[in-house]
Amino acid sequence: MNIPFSLQLLNALAALLLLLSFAMLSQRRIVTLVNLLAVQGAVLCAATLLLAWRTGERHMYVSAALTLALKVVFLPWLLHRLMRRLAVYWDTEPMLHISGTMMLGLLIVVFSFGLAQPIAALASTATRNAVGIAVAVILLAFLSMITRRKAMSQVVGFLSMENGLFFGAMSATYGMPMVVELGVALDVLVAMLVLGVFFFQIREQFDSLDLHHLESLKEDR
Amino acid sequence: MAFLALLATPLLGALVLALAGGRRFAPELNVLFSLGTLIAAGLLAAQVIGAGRLVLWNEQFLIDPFNVFLVTLTAFVSFTTAVFSRPYMRIELEHGRVNGPRLRLFHSMYQLFIATMLVALTTNNMGLLWVSMEAATLSTVLLVTLYRTPASLEAGWKYFILCGVGIAQALFGTILLYFAAERVLGATGVDALLWTHLDAVKGELEPAVLGLAFVFLLVGYGTKVGLAPLHNWLPDAHAEGPTPISAVLSGLLLNVAIYAVVRCKVLVEGALHSQLPGRMLMSFGLLSVVLAAFFLWRQRDVKRLFAYSSIEHMGIIVFAFGMGGPLANFAGLLHMVMHSLTKSAIFFAVGHISQIKGTQRIHRIRGLTVTHPALGWGLVVGVAAIAGLPPLGIFMSEFLVVTSTFARQPLLAIVLVFGILLAFGALLLRLTSVAFGRPRGSSAPAEASYVPMFAHLALVLVAGIYLPAPLVAWFQNVARLLG
Repeated sequence: MNIPFSLQLLNALAALLLLLSFAMLSQRRIVTLVNLLAVQGAVLCAATLLLAWRTGERHMYVSAALTLALKVVFLPWLLHRLMRRLAVYWDTEPMLHISGTMMLGLLIVVFSFGLAQPIAALASTATRNAVGIAVAVILLAFLSMITRRKAMSQVVGFLSMENGLFFGAMSATYGMPMVVELGVALDVLVAMLVLGVFFFQIREQFDSLDLHHLESLKEDR
Repeated sequence: MAFLALLATPLLGALVLALAGGRRFAPELNVLFSLGTLIAAGLLAAQVIGAGRLVLWNEQFLIDPFNVFLVTLTAFVSFTTAVFSRPYMRIELEHGRVNGPRLRLFHSMYQLFIATMLVALTTNNMGLLWVSMEAATLSTVLLVTLYRTPASLEAGWKYFILCGVGIAQALFGTILLYFAAERVLGATGVDALLWTHLDAVKGELEPAVLGLAFVFLLVGYGTKVGLAPLHNWLPDAHAEGPTPISAVLSGLLLNVAIYAVVRCKVLVEGALHSQLPGRMLMSFGLLSVVLAAFFLWRQRDVKRLFAYSSIEHMGIIVFAFGMGGPLANFAGLLHMVMHSLTKSAIFFAVGHISQIKGTQRIHRIRGLTVTHPALGWGLVVGVAAIAGLPPLGIFMSEFLVVTSTFARQPLLAIVLVFGILLAFGALLLRLTSVAFGRPRGSSAPAEASYVPMFAHLALVLVAGIYLPAPLVAWFQNVARLLG
């Protein structure tokens, strides 16, 4: 089988995304977590540029620029800043042991490729594997959100899920219409700003960003 | 023109109130902007009655009989809620639970929230629908945490994360929808996400992809509807935020989310040529009704109680739309309107009651009809309506849902009736203890505005006794559109 070089490169980038997802799943240092998120954003940006060059679609260059500005530069900067101001550096022991989480992650990847089967069958050859990987990145991020206790690492999980969604859109349909993409980017940006405010409110109230404080609302109070 | 005013008024309101929202006259400004939105909605409805259907601004916006009545309802309830919040937030200010800057945040975000809901209802673009649904969550997160109590922060966090993750699933669903559409409509960029275009070609869309897309869309928007088992955020957000927000979350946002689900269902059902999407809605709906009915018995907090009642009613509506057909759709549409009016009226009453008593705990509130006849009897009528007693409006729509279920799915009807009766019992039990008996708690006079509450209840009563023929014809027309 003869695959053009650019496609091989795309597949490599997709694999890198998945690898980064696993790295984030196993990482407990929040600084590293944020850095991994930024790297994931950069890989995403590279993949977008590659697809833009291959297909010659003008609007994909714009979304690549958007990714670079938002996910590689601005959001990691914001998170680093928040981290320093709030002095959260480590997550506590996750609910599930790291190795257990990794095993679960492997199962999720297999499941994702199964789930993406009907889409992959219809997709052009350019992006067949990529859709499965996108689903896997989304679900792995979901898993890391479930197993983490610190608000900060849940947010990183949330953003990683957004990366997966973006990659899915990119590989399945060469990106969403521009107006939608701008809207989504705006929502993510606003969400992070809201979160920044929110973190300070939580801190003011509890002196900590540990989410076990936020488990008192029960049914029969 | 009317449409431009409809979107521009709340946006302008958000901007103006962001600057002046903490001033003494801000509540009046809030009412004024909401009134402007209501007038624009009325004019728009008149236009649609004449034209049948409007497609505006490069086809990005669609006003048809289905969404125009929801637009009008949204504008109406947001106006009455603004009227209610005027005295309510003033008292909160006197009690020191909010201050100037927080009041400014409240007013500005309130208008922004209305704007996002109106965009979600009127957009023709499935992507913009997603964007505005997410924006609706974001504009209310900081309102849920307005009091900065530990409980409200927890509620806000849950609301943010659960709805955020949920709605991310909906985005994936939208991507899949776009993927399927592109293969039929061609990679024409923006057109392939327009609902009208999708609706025109829905028979040719790839069934396997659309089925998968629907699962994600249903989970995503269903989280916002508060369907069990994705309902966890709803009672917390309703109970811990300020009452005007509980009223609009329950009365309006849930409706908008249902609207999104139904729009998706119409497309997917057309592509799949099967009942599968309907069946999924029915099972989610039924589960919500029964689960919420059980949870209703365990509630000790009056706002949580009515939040669970909202989950139950959302279940009934989704069940009705899932069953489909002219009669069930008609009942679902009617139920949306009735629930929205009744539930916001109840929250108006509950807001002032818990303000006077200084608590939301049910066992600390007794004998309201003695100490505060207007609020007490208002609550009695409201709860009687929400529990489904005749001759009020909800009785009629519930009756229609139940009878059409008995005609088509007798076994499911038994489960549905069981759930409704269970909820009925719980609500009536709590009502008798709160409204009657020897008064407990403060009996200070209420400085409430009763007009919004009684206006809503009067509408519900009138609709229960006599629904005007043009309105019936309108609903029948919409019900047919939904298939």
